[in-house]
Amino acid sequence: MAEIIQEEKAKGGKKKAKKHAPHIDMTPMVDLMCLLITFFMLTTAFAKAKVMEIVLPEKIDDPNQRQPAVAKSRTVNIILGPDDRIFWYPGSVEPAEYNSNIFPPLAELDYSDKGIRQLLLDKNRTLARKIADLNDKVIKGELVLTQDSLAGSIRKLKTDDDTGPIVLIKAYKKASYGNFVDIMDEMNICGIARYNFVDIAWYEDKMVELAVGNAPATSTN
Amino acid sequence: MPKIKLPTKSPRIDMTPMVDTFCVILTFLMLTATMRQTEPANVDTPFSISEKPTPDFNTITFLVSADEKVFINMDNGPDTAWKFRPKILTEMGKRYGIEFTEAELREFEKYPSSMGVPIMKMKEFLAGKNIKDRNPFQVGIPTDSLDNQLAMWILCARQVNPNINACIKGDANAPFPAVKKVLDNLQDKKVNKFMLITSLEAIKINIDEIQQ
Repeated sequence: MAEIIQEEKAKGGKKKAKKHAPHIDMTPMVDLMCLLITFFMLTTAFAKAKVMEIVLPEKIDDPNQRQPAVAKSRTVNIILGPDDRIFWYPGSVEPAEYNSNIFPPLAELDYSDKGIRQLLLDKNRTLARKIADLNDKVIKGELVLTQDSLAGSIRKLKTDDDTGPIVLIKAYKKASYGNFVDIMDEMNICGIARYNFVDIAWYEDKMVELAVGNAPATSTN
Repeated sequence: MPKIKLPTKSPRIDMTPMVDTFCVILTFLMLTATMRQTEPANVDTPFSISEKPTPDFNTITFLVSADEKVFINMDNGPDTAWKFRPKILTEMGKRYGIEFTEAELREFEKYPSSMGVPIMKMKEFLAGKNIKDRNPFQVGIPTDSLDNQLAMWILCARQVNPNINACIKGDANAPFPAVKKVLDNLQDKKVNKFMLITSLEAIKINIDEIQQ
């Protein structure tokens, strides 16, 4: 019995000690954490950069090998000019023409959706509509496709297409890299099936120079 | 009846839940953080609608600044044990008759961002202790036909890691011929597929316009 009483006494003593439980002030800790979070938020690169894949035609080293011929009626030549200007002409320039210094005039466009995009969509109407229809169906739920098979079907539509334009992209020496990415992007936006980046020919250089030289004169008139 | 007066004590806010949430956020940020690298040149990437993320591994990135300097960067591979970077440097050293020490290779392996150092100056560059010491060496990789170190870097990188992808990170205002030079060098080494690093831009096409 005496033992039990002793125990109770001991418990009572402990309780008294607990009464003054130390209250830790957390504020500095919170301050510090706020600081660290801010630091990490600012240094973290959340949005990863995106990539755009392009494939360029293989260089032809063999002089006997010729560039693949393209149908003239479907060809659209886009030339990236200086100062963010962009020009285009249809078809091609025949050797007889450029040898006698006759260059077809270049039409000027701009990078807005009323300029180059309008042209490309006009030329590429059938294919663009097919792709838009397919996308529409998937969005509305009429057609259930996974993202992969949707991309696959779009690719199929593109390879089957034989009416759309064949776009040849050429860069004048004063074009900027941003222009190049913009035009490649435009190809993706408009769903152009066949496009390629090719080296600019000397007569096309001349055509750009003519067009650029003419532009200030026409604007003052 | 007299009102019961409550003792006017400043209320003590219990900070514990706040600390808990902060801890969680902090841990999350620490684990997901990939430090933003400071590139030797400021590059504003152009915009595109592409939504494909940049691959984490097997990349060799060419940074083309607005003033036509070229810098390169590559990763160590999916596992740090692969040690692609030091291997590429050793290979480069062999071609130019420079032998790099173990310490220099390690320094090269952990260098966090792009480099634009001519190989002859690489030893001095790696000996530098901080960015201030090193930055004067970042003059861009020589690309002219007499001393085309860029082509050599591509060759060595592809020898060490055949699966390497070529990424190009150019400034939107960089003149196109500077980028073309890099593309040409890559094509000479039979690389025809490139990844252009861009920032995402939302573009809406007016469907009615197409369907007219």
